[in-house]
Amino acid sequence: MSRPSDLVQGTLDLLILKVVAREPMHGWAISQRIRQMSGDVLQVGQGALYPALHKLEQNGWLTAEWATSENNRRAKYYTLTAAGREALERETAGWERLSSAISLVVRAV
Amino acid sequence: MRIFQILVLRLRTLFKRTEVEGELDEELRYHLDRQIEEFVAEGMSPEQARQAAWRTMGGLEQRKEECRDMRGWNAFEHLSGDIRFALRQLRQNPGFAGTAILILALGLCASLSIFAFVDAALLKPLPYRDPARMMAVFGSQEMFPRNNLSYPDYLDWKRLNTTLESLEIYRRTGSLLATAEGVQPVRGVRVSDGFFRTLGVKPTMGRDFQPGEDLAGSPRTVLLSYAAWQSRYGGRAGIVGQTVTLDQQPNVIVGVLPREFHFAPAGMPEFWAAYHPEAGCDARRGCRSLYGVGRLKDGVSQSSALSNLTAIAKELERQYPGSNRGQAAAIASLGEVIVGDVRPILLVLLAGAGLLLAIASINVISLLLVRSESRRREIAVRTALGASAGRLWTQFLTEAVVLTGAGTLLGLAGAHWTMKVLVGLISEEMMQRMPFLLDLGLSERVLAFGGLLSLLVAVLCAMTPSLRLGSPDVRGGLAEGSRGAAGIVWRRLGAKLVVLELATAMVLLVSAGLLGKSLYRLLNVEVGLKPERLVTMDVMTQAQGYEKPEARIALARRIAREMEELPGVTSVGFTGNGAPLGGNGNTTWLRVLGRPWNGEHNETPERDVSPTYFATVGAKLARGRYFREDEDGTKPAVAIVNQAFARQHFAGEEVLGRHVSYLSTPPVPIEIVGVVEDIREGPLDAAIPPVLYIPFYQSPDRFFSLMVRTSQSEAALLPAMAAKIRQAGVVSMGGMTMSERLEQTPSAVLHRTSAWLVGGFAAAALVLGLVGLYGVVAYSVSQRTREIGVRMALGARPSAVYRLILGEAGWLTGFGLLLGLVASVGAATLIQGLLFGVSSWDLPTLGMVAVGLGFAALLASFVPARRAAAINPVDALRAE
Repeated sequence: MSRPSDLVQGTLDLLILKVVAREPMHGWAISQRIRQMSGDVLQVGQGALYPALHKLEQNGWLTAEWATSENNRRAKYYTLTAAGREALERETAGWERLSSAISLVVRAV
Repeated sequence: MRIFQILVLRLRTLFKRTEVEGELDEELRYHLDRQIEEFVAEGMSPEQARQAAWRTMGGLEQRKEECRDMRGWNAFEHLSGDIRFALRQLRQNPGFAGTAILILALGLCASLSIFAFVDAALLKPLPYRDPARMMAVFGSQEMFPRNNLSYPDYLDWKRLNTTLESLEIYRRTGSLLATAEGVQPVRGVRVSDGFFRTLGVKPTMGRDFQPGEDLAGSPRTVLLSYAAWQSRYGGRAGIVGQTVTLDQQPNVIVGVLPREFHFAPAGMPEFWAAYHPEAGCDARRGCRSLYGVGRLKDGVSQSSALSNLTAIAKELERQYPGSNRGQAAAIASLGEVIVGDVRPILLVLLAGAGLLLAIASINVISLLLVRSESRRREIAVRTALGASAGRLWTQFLTEAVVLTGAGTLLGLAGAHWTMKVLVGLISEEMMQRMPFLLDLGLSERVLAFGGLLSLLVAVLCAMTPSLRLGSPDVRGGLAEGSRGAAGIVWRRLGAKLVVLELATAMVLLVSAGLLGKSLYRLLNVEVGLKPERLVTMDVMTQAQGYEKPEARIALARRIAREMEELPGVTSVGFTGNGAPLGGNGNTTWLRVLGRPWNGEHNETPERDVSPTYFATVGAKLARGRYFREDEDGTKPAVAIVNQAFARQHFAGEEVLGRHVSYLSTPPVPIEIVGVVEDIREGPLDAAIPPVLYIPFYQSPDRFFSLMVRTSQSEAALLPAMAAKIRQAGVVSMGGMTMSERLEQTPSAVLHRTSAWLVGGFAAAALVLGLVGLYGVVAYSVSQRTREIGVRMALGARPSAVYRLILGEAGWLTGFGLLLGLVASVGAATLIQGLLFGVSSWDLPTLGMVAVGLGFAALLASFVPARRAAAINPVDALRAE
């Protein structure tokens, strides 16, 4: 299982923002979606997930509200804000620059 | 938007703690349950699934803690811990906390209340458009450098000048307003039509005067002041378009002026009427009764406007030498005219208040130092246990903020109250000239200033202990031994400051004492009449029906008779020139007949009095007789003079039967029939001038002041008098007892105001000086604990320790008093002009202040001395 330290610093934020960009989601669904989309490679444990969610909320990139989930229980749903969308674009661009740079280095050797 | 959203979240975290905690718990539990469900779906037993899920969680509490950190929770936790600790510290030492908070409050209170005045008078812009370009425009002549303008001159100046966008005039007039309750006197101003446009002021309701509305032929219109609209017409919207009767003329109300509008040079009038020149004065170039206001054109300086107007005045002087000889122009910025008088006073007061605050802060710092000495050990323990320097600093800062916060709140409350007291000291007459002080209070600017000051003080206070204990030598601290050089430096500096503080307190106390004594002397000065149980009231009628002297005399007699019928009244007199002690009244130019006369003016106050006037006010007749009831215009002119008159004009000669005359050709002789002992007609603190008394019946006025002596309560008499006068169909004003009049004379008000102000500063300086002395002595005791312990171990008795400590305090006090004594005499010489009947070298005042201050200083240093004497030598030595 992928521990938070295994993820490049700040990448978890990018993943969360990307996943939530499609529709409002609760924490469990976010972790499931990240695992699914990454083909079971990235498993975000709640140890990293929830602090990150609270931090993003405090930054004003996500808003949270309580709603009934698919199994009829109250769950906290996170929605991307306008500021969050801008942050997502910034982070995505940053990530692409970083990853292509890393691949250049890795392939050259 | 985002900032707002974040703020809401933070506040929610802070104030809705349990709710946020609950949500966090529920959110994590939901995740846990879903994990369990998933494991069960994968084939685990429910028990296994739960355990596995818990394992993936890695500890629920840690997760929560991480989330709390992310929400910025722990910073709050630390802060509230610090605040609780600070409060506990202060509660443990209520003497220290109380003193520090109190003196901070004192310093802030003084600074803030004075600053509020400075703000209202000097900082707040005048309520006009581009006020810097507004000019007050005057005529000028040698004797009166700021003189009025005449109406024809004004029209020429307005037409010919090239430097002013516009030039307008105003003139204060008292008016009589017809109301449902009878005719009332009101304050009014008449202004030219462009007056408000020039100032850039638009009425809040209705319209401004239109061009041409101020000409003689146009219908009369008025604007209401906001205050008059509220008080007289209850703020009714329908008031515009209604008609009021002013001076028996109908006036249409065309608008209401804004609430924040004020124009100090015109006082606080209720009615602003369009000008309407009149046949008499306004037709004559020599009759000067108007003030000008103008707006400079863009790019024109004040000096070029002045030379422009001066050139016009020169030209007018050439054209009309008869009326305009020596008439020049003068110009000053309107702001200067409005606040110029109070600026220096306010700045001096502000400097004084600032000084007080500085002394207060130094004292608090000194107290904090004393306390930080006793906390060395605690700090060392905390450092040894791993508290970082930053953490300690935050702790000190929190304590300082709590301390100054409490001081600030108290100071604000005090300032609120002080401002009320100070405004109450300003007489209504003075207030009329300072309308900008009306909405004085804790404005945003004053609050911001207070916040800034207290922040500054808080940082200073926080830095003190950290500088002192900043690089704590842990071992030395634990042993409670180290005495740095800083301690000695502080002791010397602190000692000098205390000497200065005590000297300052002494100077202020002596000044306050001298001013108070002056006030007492002033109120008990020989006034030449008996002010007890004497009541005065002004009476005024409209012009119509009272043009003839007979009608005026009949009215005065009728009113006097009505007064005599009131219960308790023993005697009634009246005078045509205002009650005595008022300082106002006509003067006249005189010559003594039968003496060579070379055209000198002999300017003399003249009072027109009724036959019973002298007996009623309680003046003593020195020689001759009073006026007779039948001495009116048909009888030969007679006069009574005061002793000053007799001394000046007839020294050593017979006075009775001599004749004086006004400067008329040919002279009309007035026979002197009596001499009265001097009455204070004018200011209390000036020499009594020669006064000429003329029978009221020979020079009757439709305005006169009643003097009524009663054997019963004066307070009950005033409303009864006002009611009687109203029934007679005339107007009464300013009913007042003679004792009140005495207390409200300008010189008494000046003395009282300055005595209170200086007294307030003196009290503050006294408290601060004593606290400063206490702080320095206590610090010295804390530094000398070991020395005292050694002395006691070697056999010194407590009395010797007392002598040691009190001796040190005594030196400081002695130096302070000596310095204060010298400075006091100097300061008293500076305020010599204000003193009345007291010399600047007044031994009783100086002695009492010195003894009182010395005694108070002894008390302040007794507290630490007792602590020193109670030192247990064994403890003191072992502690090191």
